[in-house]
Amino acid sequence: MSDTSLSEMEFWAAQMRKGAISRREFFGRATALAVVIGAGGSVLPSFAQAAEPKKGGYARFGMSDASQQDTLDPGTWPASFSQAAFNGSLCNNLTEIAADGSIIGDLAESFEPANGTKKWIFKIRKGVTFHDGKALTVKDIQESFHHHMGAKSTSGAAPLVSQIESITADSVDKVLFTLKSASADFPYLVADYHLSIFPAKDGGGIDWQRGVGTGAFALENFTPGESAKMVRNQNYHKNNKPYFDEIEYIAIMDATARMNAFVTGEVEFINDLDVKSIALVERSTGLKVERTPSLRHFTFDMDTSTKPFDNPDVRTALKYAIDRDDIIRKVYLGEAVKGNDTPVAVTMPFYHETPPQNDYDVEKAKAFLAKVGLTSLDVDLSVAEAAFPGAVEAAVLFQQHAAKAGINVNVVREADDGYWDNIFLKKPFSGCDWYGRATCDWLFSTAYADGAAWNNTHWKNPRFNELLIQARAETDQAKRAAQYAEMQQLIHDDGGVITVAFVNWTNGMSKKIGHGTIGGIFPCDNMRMAERWWMA
Amino acid sequence: MGFLFNSIFKMITRRIALGFLSLMIVSLIIFFAVSLLPGDFATAVLGRSATQDAVAAFQQQLGLDRPLYQRYFHWLSGALIGDFGNSFSMRPVAKIIGPRLLNTLVLAGTTAIIAVPLAVMLGVICARFRNRLPDRVLSAVTLASISVPEFFIAYLLMLALATKFQIFPSLSSVRPGMGFLEQAHRMALPIMTLLFVVLAHMMRNTRAAIINVMSRPFIEMAQLKGEPEMRIILTHALPNAIGSIASVVAINLAYLIAGVVVIEVVFVYPGIGQTMVDAVRNRDVPVIQACALIFSATYILLNLFADIISITSDPRLLHPR
Repeated sequence: MSDTSLSEMEFWAAQMRKGAISRREFFGRATALAVVIGAGGSVLPSFAQAAEPKKGGYARFGMSDASQQDTLDPGTWPASFSQAAFNGSLCNNLTEIAADGSIIGDLAESFEPANGTKKWIFKIRKGVTFHDGKALTVKDIQESFHHHMGAKSTSGAAPLVSQIESITADSVDKVLFTLKSASADFPYLVADYHLSIFPAKDGGGIDWQRGVGTGAFALENFTPGESAKMVRNQNYHKNNKPYFDEIEYIAIMDATARMNAFVTGEVEFINDLDVKSIALVERSTGLKVERTPSLRHFTFDMDTSTKPFDNPDVRTALKYAIDRDDIIRKVYLGEAVKGNDTPVAVTMPFYHETPPQNDYDVEKAKAFLAKVGLTSLDVDLSVAEAAFPGAVEAAVLFQQHAAKAGINVNVVREADDGYWDNIFLKKPFSGCDWYGRATCDWLFSTAYADGAAWNNTHWKNPRFNELLIQARAETDQAKRAAQYAEMQQLIHDDGGVITVAFVNWTNGMSKKIGHGTIGGIFPCDNMRMAERWWMA
Repeated sequence: MGFLFNSIFKMITRRIALGFLSLMIVSLIIFFAVSLLPGDFATAVLGRSATQDAVAAFQQQLGLDRPLYQRYFHWLSGALIGDFGNSFSMRPVAKIIGPRLLNTLVLAGTTAIIAVPLAVMLGVICARFRNRLPDRVLSAVTLASISVPEFFIAYLLMLALATKFQIFPSLSSVRPGMGFLEQAHRMALPIMTLLFVVLAHMMRNTRAAIINVMSRPFIEMAQLKGEPEMRIILTHALPNAIGSIASVVAINLAYLIAGVVVIEVVFVYPGIGQTMVDAVRNRDVPVIQACALIFSATYILLNLFADIISITSDPRLLHPR
């Protein structure tokens, strides 16, 4: 948390305060505020914590998704093992997503927009050094972004950075990003785990091979597919952090093996706790289940450009023909939150309720079918276990629910392998697993805007697309909130998405670990559990 | 004796040539089978965030944009001179596989050192007391252990010895820096599990082979001579049964090297089986190919050894008519 000089930000802050921040809207607005202030702490009340953090200890994290093909190249990092170990522990971004979902400065001590939001200026924090002692410079930041840019880029972040026109050194400690078009959410995008800052090499490029970053922990040993062990960075730029002396990320792919390691005290934390093991963990002393509301949600997507889903009334009929409560009870054993046919999670900035809650209602479903002159309807629903965990079971339940409304949902079981290549975006009605995005703009531009790369519902709503462009450049936060509220309502009323449920990040944690509020925008406390948690 | 070596030498060269041919065929089948799987390394690593441009750049960098047969021959020409090249994750294949192979060999070797003498000894006991109590008990226990899946035994042992009585750790993740005792401690559970899995097959076979030999005239001769039963088994029956015991031992040793991926996963033991599974999931073809070659070579070599042992232990095989 830093002191920040305010300029254009003060104007924004004032706008926000005028906008009557009620408790209800707090979550959504808090983020916007934090963007302005550059450090959540000065405006937001800090969340009460159970105990004071203290130093020391060796924390071991059992992770489900490592592989021998993992590398330190920030363009890859396909799963939470590499993301939490390398982005969250070894490196830093310009900004950081705080536990409450707000955006705060990290390697940048402050940031401000110019020229609407077409330019962003990040002021680099003084005195930050890499693990080898080299001081952080503007060049490191430029090269770290260039690593993902350009035609030859092999980075997973390529679509993200394609909006950057140029990155220039504004002064010794200021970086100026010029964007191709305005983006009020840009500080969020630079917090993406790929965009970690590595030291620049002479002659261009970054040196990621040595595993030297600015992060809370310095790499001691990394064996791909087995473990990443790190020790405390004594010169870390965050006050008093990190708390652990040593940490180790241990690859444990098998759910039962992970559970065993956890129960026998070989690790202090495991990710991806099997729902069937939850009762076991809750029974044992010294262990607990950590549930963090996430952005991840499971949907059945209808292609709004093909029959019969091109008719909004048919879509609405299907939305009323599914019993989400029943699916959550039977498939997820209650460990999920009911969706309401938008992809926006409650914890996201600018979340807005979209009444009415679409619930199972046979009469309404029949009525909407009758509106288009139908008494029955046949649809094929493509699912696989790869579509989302429990997708096949959920689809079969949906089949039973819909049958009562005269809708025959034919469950087509597709192959797991290649599901995302062959089914996603290609079949007219399919199950889909979404990891979500930190902001509405990012989410909508990825999956709901006309022409978006992952527009699985092939939805083209002119009003929605118009609002999306407007909101991107809108600096009045109250207006922006209204725009996003309208867009969410549009998806709910007219969109092709049936949101079954939002799930928690469900982890097992030893009670020896102390922590504050845990962030759910990304897994593992927004990737930064290693520096935020301590041994109580 | 000269004839013996000559004959063995001829057999070995022929076998090695055939083995080499099998390796080529295996590599060809694996290469094209993997190419039939949907997706490639680029899409596996980039996941759903893969854009067409990034995938294309990746493919170009890895040479995946070239035709399949060109990629195969490129790989083959390297492999023939012992150069397995780089994995798609840019690390040398040898560096990825080397430590894992060593771990696997340590696990397989330790298990074999305990299992083979134990299996032969128990087999002899069963043969000696066939259809009596020791035979019945040993057969029941080993048949039960071979009839359940290996992960079930693993979980049972883990439940008993790691969770209830915390004698052994549940994670067998050995690291290069560990001392011998700690490594041994961590490897105890997988070794025990593998013992249960391989013991039964070898023991039952030893028993059957000995009982088979026991019905032969020269054993009857020995019995008539009044030799004690145990002495007959050890000095007359066992040497004549070694050929068939050796081939079963070879199959089990090969299994210990190439087939224990489930045990590796359950105990998080960093062996080569997991390497191959990881590589297949990520479509990392150079690593898959190298693993496949190692596994096939293991089977071929161990069978060759078994045959050599059979031949040297049975003079009749040295003089084929």
